Amino acid sequence: MEYVISVLLSGISVGGQYALIAIGYTLVYGILRLINFAHGDVFMVAGLLGIYLTATMPVYVSIPLVILITVFLGFIIERAAYRPLRSAPRMSVMISAIGVSYLLQNTATYVTGGQPMTYPVIPFLSSTVNVAGTQTKWVVILTPILVLVLVYALNMLINKTKVGMAMRAVSKDFETSRLMGIRINAIISVTFVIGSALAAVGSVLFFTNYPAITPMAGAMPGLKAFVAAVFGGIGSIPGAVIGAFIIGICETIIKGLPSAWDVSVFSDAFTFALLIVILIFKPQGLFGEAATDKV
Amino acid sequence: MGEQLLQIENLKVRYGGIEAVRGISFDVKQGEIVTLIGANGAGKSSTLRTISGLVKPSEGKVIFGGEDITAKDPTQIVQKGLMMVPEGRRIFPNLTVLENLKVGAYLRNDDLEKDIEAVYGYFPRLKERSWQEGGTLSGGEQQMLAVGRALMGRPRLLMMDEPSLGLAPIVVQEIFKIIRRINEAGTTVLLIEQNANMALGVADRAYVIENGKITIEGTGEELLKDEKVRAAYLGAS
Repeated sequence: MEYVISVLLSGISVGGQYALIAIGYTLVYGILRLINFAHGDVFMVAGLLGIYLTATMPVYVSIPLVILITVFLGFIIERAAYRPLRSAPRMSVMISAIGVSYLLQNTATYVTGGQPMTYPVIPFLSSTVNVAGTQTKWVVILTPILVLVLVYALNMLINKTKVGMAMRAVSKDFETSRLMGIRINAIISVTFVIGSALAAVGSVLFFTNYPAITPMAGAMPGLKAFVAAVFGGIGSIPGAVIGAFIIGICETIIKGLPSAWDVSVFSDAFTFALLIVILIFKPQGLFGEAATDKV
Repeated sequence: MGEQLLQIENLKVRYGGIEAVRGISFDVKQGEIVTLIGANGAGKSSTLRTISGLVKPSEGKVIFGGEDITAKDPTQIVQKGLMMVPEGRRIFPNLTVLENLKVGAYLRNDDLEKDIEAVYGYFPRLKERSWQEGGTLSGGEQQMLAVGRALMGRPRLLMMDEPSLGLAPIVVQEIFKIIRRINEAGTTVLLIEQNANMALGVADRAYVIENGKITIEGTGEELLKDEKVRAAYLGAS
């Protein structure tokens, strides 16, 4: 029983970390119809920033700074690699995204020498707590709470504020949005800023659990978060969050099955098998919009 | 009629090698309803899209309220008081009726209550549906919403691209009645139409565009009686 609780807890926690990354994919896709392949690597860079900054300054300074710099990175990537291609075919922008992804990975290799770096122990997050007889880290408990708070705040932003209204308008129709006076480039920047900030928060939580960071460390979590976004219906924020929790929990359950069965190595494959099954029965994902709009 | 509000001087618009607008000039005075009529592909929409800043002209000038706005972007042009009701209505299907109205006032930071009430006054049906998503409205209601949305920007000049497109005749009549009321309340209107009969009926002055050039101009009444206009656009023998 205690074992089941600990598996579930860590599943929810991993799911929450995927959710924070998945929101970035789904937000950008919702507005630009672009799969931002560099997003997972932005997450990795946030992790490295966490290592370097925490080495020289206290945590309460370094973590806000990590978020700030990551936000700036996301903003710059959009300005430099995606905005000039605004009227280019979508395929070109996607290839530009793949290019940015490799640029970030190679730069990380250059800076770190390719050696795995160890994420610092963040006080409190790493300390243990006793839940229903199971020892676990605080980060496991805090992640889902933090995710829910952030998703709630994001939801308010999108549904109750003027910027959010503009984001929803731009996601449907660039040209008419411009005719209303909306500066679509500013709105697109906002989505990159939000996505990067959430990825930075996700990196602190994720790397506290999996402290080794290589230049490839963003690839797998990024891919899984992307799968979560597609699973939930890409473009939908609740979809991305629920998809991420489902994938995180399933993955942890498979990893936690009795070792005699010897299936835990398949946990990643399972994630993708799940995606295939969902897409066969519900191609638009759990909460995706139907392909046709009444005009 | 009052002073010049909009002057178009020798406007040329090119898409790749094709010249869609080939040097047209016209003007709209304060308080008028002016219409551009013409067949599909005559260059009417390109003219309007250029005025609103979506398309840059290859030559010519757009002067609004005495100021050259040719090189400005759509946001700046909206700020000057020029709002457009786009062709095909283009309301935001995922926003509620009320949000669609608010998005029309995106650049304003003052209180919108009065303007919303004024729009509901023109179109009571929008009030009943204010919490419905725009995409669930009928074609006629969407057109009302598109007009209301543009009014929320408190335009000095309201431009409309084919408001009668795809609507039942009774709805078209209703829309045109409202256009007249909006004009009487003080808003200048530039109207593009294929439905020449309706457009000339409300317009103070009218221009006929053919192949990217203005070929006939006059008051609405004059053009309604004009032999060539009658034969080509009004279906009279």
